[in-house]
Amino acid sequence: MADGILVRQLNAWFGALHVLRGIDLTIDPGAVTAIIGPSGCGKSTFIRCLNRMHEVVPGARAQGQVLLNGEDLYAPGVDPVQIRRRIGMVFQKPNPFPTMSVFDNVAAGLRLDGVRDHAHLHEAVERALRQAALWDEVKDQLGKSGASLSGGQQQRLCIARALAVRPEVLLMDEPCSALDPIATAKIEELILELKKDLIIVIVTHNMQQAARVSERTAFFLLGEMVEFDKTPRIFTNPRDRRTEDYITGRFG
Amino acid sequence: MRAGVRRAVNTAMESLTALTALLVVLALILILGFLVSRGASTVNLDFFTHLPKPVGEPGGGMANAIVGTWILIGLASCLGLPLGILGGVYVAESRDRRLPRIIRFLADVLNGVPSIVIGIFAYTIVVLPMRRFSALAGGLALAVIMLPIVLRTTEEMVRLVPASLREAALALGIPEWKVILHVVLPAARAGIITGIMVAVARIAGETAPLLFTAFGNRFWQHGLDQPIAALPIQIFAYAIAPYDDWHRQAWAGALVLIVMIFASSLVARIVTGGRTRGLR
Repeated sequence: MADGILVRQLNAWFGALHVLRGIDLTIDPGAVTAIIGPSGCGKSTFIRCLNRMHEVVPGARAQGQVLLNGEDLYAPGVDPVQIRRRIGMVFQKPNPFPTMSVFDNVAAGLRLDGVRDHAHLHEAVERALRQAALWDEVKDQLGKSGASLSGGQQQRLCIARALAVRPEVLLMDEPCSALDPIATAKIEELILELKKDLIIVIVTHNMQQAARVSERTAFFLLGEMVEFDKTPRIFTNPRDRRTEDYITGRFG
Repeated sequence: MRAGVRRAVNTAMESLTALTALLVVLALILILGFLVSRGASTVNLDFFTHLPKPVGEPGGGMANAIVGTWILIGLASCLGLPLGILGGVYVAESRDRRLPRIIRFLADVLNGVPSIVIGIFAYTIVVLPMRRFSALAGGLALAVIMLPIVLRTTEEMVRLVPASLREAALALGIPEWKVILHVVLPAARAGIITGIMVAVARIAGETAPLLFTAFGNRFWQHGLDQPIAALPIQIFAYAIAPYDDWHRQAWAGALVLIVMIFASSLVARIVTGGRTRGLR
């Protein structure tokens, strides 16, 4: 973890629709960065640009610079598959592979990269599940289907699955919006633990959540970044009128 | 008052829909009942182990036709399944805007081509150059019939796999072909198997395209380049013959054919249904 992520003049489109306009942002290592904003403001698109998942959607494209520890992820010749190994992602709805057991879900990334060694896989799976604070709950049922766990457990399983390939960055796209308050609290606790080892960027609709887990917050509106600052400052004394309107609930 | 009317209408419509649903199933029950009453008495061990007897001699069986039908299904599957499944994956997964649409349309057209025309096709490209009827020609005709069914069901089932699973796998840094092979296809497997069984059931009963390709054979076949017996051809030949004994054999053949299809569907369901989980 050297310099974190530098985003310079990032633009993104869905077909002719210009959904991200000239985003400049610096994401520091060791700190959690939250992205807030109303639906459709481009915050999910933004983090999907960070691991080059945006371009997976037919007709979608992105342009600009994203430097991870100095290396441009959008430089010609960069393989998006390699980028995604370094930058993990957790989605809004828990999406474990339904045909795989708990163990296989966590091992999937390594296995499909060609890792066959059983001891190595076991070690990696246990480490990832411990990191995701799920090991104690599932250690006796690793052979059970991943889909049979509760929603909160499934989401932590997805986090473990992302952690198993040892990424440098973890992107979280509204990871708690499908979870109840108890499961949400567990995930938030986890974020505070994980930020010691990884760069974390979290998109959230829940402003209290942004305030609880993040050091820095960016406010997005209509494809533009309106304001980016230390989280307490955003929530107590924002510079921009639009940010203030949003966090006080006057629109959005 | 209004509530009373609504309830009456509800009851009437529910009964009507239930009745029509029953009628649909009734057709199957009638067919099965008819086959059992006419054919069951002729089905015995000999039927599965003996060749047909000459006219006038009682007994005999359709062993060669039963085996022949399985060989023809096997030949057709060797060609039809890989092409159909891979083609279906392409049509579902390709980012090209035009080609998949054209293929889908052509597959639907092919599905609507009368099976006798497909028989003529196989006759022209296999039977004429080889100068003889053969199992290969029959297998090719049946493969062409199963191809669009397998392609379209594979496509539909692959499309049904939620985008969230694909994204989860891609976001792990797994190359797209591995995502399709290890995540998408296993999730679609049960549906694809059902499609395959529908296709097999369809070709197992096809008669017209076999008439001038596989041709039929009263004896054991001596190789894939020779004419081969098949249950539908045998049933057809016996049913139009003027002998009561052959009529009974035809009923029995029809019963055996339908039970064979039913049993193999059931086995496929059980075998694949219990294995939705990956290896630990």
